[in-house]
Amino acid sequence: MADTTRRRGWVGYALFLPAAAWLLVFFVVPFYSLFATSLYDQSGSDFRGWEMTYEFGNYADAIEQYWQPLLRAILYAGIATLICLVLGYVLAYAIAFKSGRWKTLLLVLVIAPFFTSFLLRTLSWQLLLADDWYIVDFLQFLHILGPDDRLLNTPVAVITGLAYNFLPFMVLPLFASIDKIDHRLIEASGDLYANPVAAFFKVTWPLSLPGVVSGTLLTFIPAAGDYINAQLLGNTNTRVIGSVIEGQFTDANNSAIAASLSMSLMVIILVMVFLYIRRAGTEDLL
Amino acid sequence: MSQQAEATSPPDTSASYDGLRLSHLTKTFPGFTAVNDLSLDVPRGSFFALLGPSGCGKTTTLRMVAGLETPTDGTIELAGQDITHAKPYRRPVNTVFQNYALFPHLDIFENVAFGLRRRKAGDVERQVEEMLALVELEGQARKKPAQLSGGQQQRVALARALINKPEVLLLDEPLGALDLKLRRGMQIELKRIQTEVGLTFVHVTHDQEEAMTMADTVAVMNKGVIEQMGSPTELYENPRSTFVANFLGKSNLIEGQVTNRASDFLTVDMQGITVSVPADRAHTDGDRGWVGIRPEKVLIGPEGAELDAPGNTIPGGVISDVSFVGVSTQYLVRMPWGQELEVFAQNTGRVEIFPEGTKVELSWRPEYAFLLDASQDALAGAQDDNV
Repeated sequence: MADTTRRRGWVGYALFLPAAAWLLVFFVVPFYSLFATSLYDQSGSDFRGWEMTYEFGNYADAIEQYWQPLLRAILYAGIATLICLVLGYVLAYAIAFKSGRWKTLLLVLVIAPFFTSFLLRTLSWQLLLADDWYIVDFLQFLHILGPDDRLLNTPVAVITGLAYNFLPFMVLPLFASIDKIDHRLIEASGDLYANPVAAFFKVTWPLSLPGVVSGTLLTFIPAAGDYINAQLLGNTNTRVIGSVIEGQFTDANNSAIAASLSMSLMVIILVMVFLYIRRAGTEDLL
Repeated sequence: MSQQAEATSPPDTSASYDGLRLSHLTKTFPGFTAVNDLSLDVPRGSFFALLGPSGCGKTTTLRMVAGLETPTDGTIELAGQDITHAKPYRRPVNTVFQNYALFPHLDIFENVAFGLRRRKAGDVERQVEEMLALVELEGQARKKPAQLSGGQQQRVALARALINKPEVLLLDEPLGALDLKLRRGMQIELKRIQTEVGLTFVHVTHDQEEAMTMADTVAVMNKGVIEQMGSPTELYENPRSTFVANFLGKSNLIEGQVTNRASDFLTVDMQGITVSVPADRAHTDGDRGWVGIRPEKVLIGPEGAELDAPGNTIPGGVISDVSFVGVSTQYLVRMPWGQELEVFAQNTGRVEIFPEGTKVELSWRPEYAFLLDASQDALAGAQDDNV
């Protein structure tokens, strides 16, 4: 008896080993290095070398200088996540419950954009949102946009790009959750006097919460770190934190600030995710 | 005991029928007809069973009453109101679903309270507690459905439907997922609750024993139509079709030629032996028919024995199989014309148990025999023993 448990334990560890080794080399080590870098003396450079001075003041410096792009990144990502949630929920619901034999095809279509590069897809939004193209023309015709207003190089374009690029990350977990819902539960709620609206909010929505939580996380986290959309579709006033970090690592050659910004962003996201999961109360559903 | 009947009266045509009335109900799906021109009345307060094999249309009928399927044709009236096209959430009808369909994200209390909350009923707390007491689940209120056993989940499903005091409670194979012992217990429980609350129950099942022990009225369904409807004893004692004869219990069906139908009793030439069948138990107008007799109505004795009135005997049988089941002994007896008849002999201790190969006489009282139409399949509805 004791033998089998021990052996099972050994196999368990062995199965964890490859991933653990991978994470050690490509996550723990770089993470440690990033954290160390964030505490270097800012006066160093790649040429002169860096000096470890346990400079915790770097964090205060970084946030004081760059709180705006930091906040902007979180705001853009948040709005894009909400848009994705609404669009994605409707889509996932339709695919799960209403698509019949087209289900597989529609799912393939959801991930089809991944067959082209992220950069290309974002660049094509430059064309779609261009000043003389139909979308802007049409919105001007409806007087939603003034004659001189534009979409490209505005926060709207950045958020649109984010929502577009991360939509599949929302749809897939939502689909997985909604598809699992036993249709008889919805019938049962109808039998128990729930009209379709009540049936949705009392049965379908709560049962799809695991998908909502994982979908929003999978959308929000990468969207908060993304700066391609802000760079290609935005302007100088839509600079987000990812872009600042990149600039500090490269052009500004201030790795200490770049590293403290990276750490700050990570901690902020971790705290938000933690609070969100607590709030959603889905621990036992996940 | 002659089975003159509590025969079901033909549908009452007055407008204000207070029970559930299905008229000419039809449901076709692409490629087949699930329910075909079905009409029946379920009296208010009765325990009504729709019995039939899987695919006979009983569940579709139930779903139409619940509003989960739209009838292709016909009407459903409940207490005088046409509800054929009413939305499910607007019908005073609740269902106990086959797999219970309890809401996994809500605890037992909230599952049971669901209908009350949707209708904004007052005093939810007290009503739920009363209902949980009725189904003996006090103390489980804050558990999630997955933490309960099958039998307990079944009772939650029942409580969740009953608490709304529906005009009609629909039960879709509610005991199908339970093991045998639990099922027997729940049958008694369900019957008790129905008597206690006095609601109309419509119970769909494929288990003939379940239907017979619980229901006041049983409708036997086959291929989308009702074969026969009546009290369990009436259906059992006087089946009108080979399907009912075989589906409810077992029957011996022996081919015969009607020789005289002048009096209260028909005489039938059954493989050269003349037997009588009461006129009100003869369900064919033809010259030929199936003489039916239940195995426990057949008397068995050694060759030459006087089992009944002189002359009322069928000689020439040889026992081909014996199985002793405790309360009775079940024989297969091969008759001179090659057919094997089933005979159940009550184990009173006064009759010996005959070994295989014994030559025996068979006999039955004419009033227990019935006559069915020769055009029907003698094997229709026959099944393996229901456990």
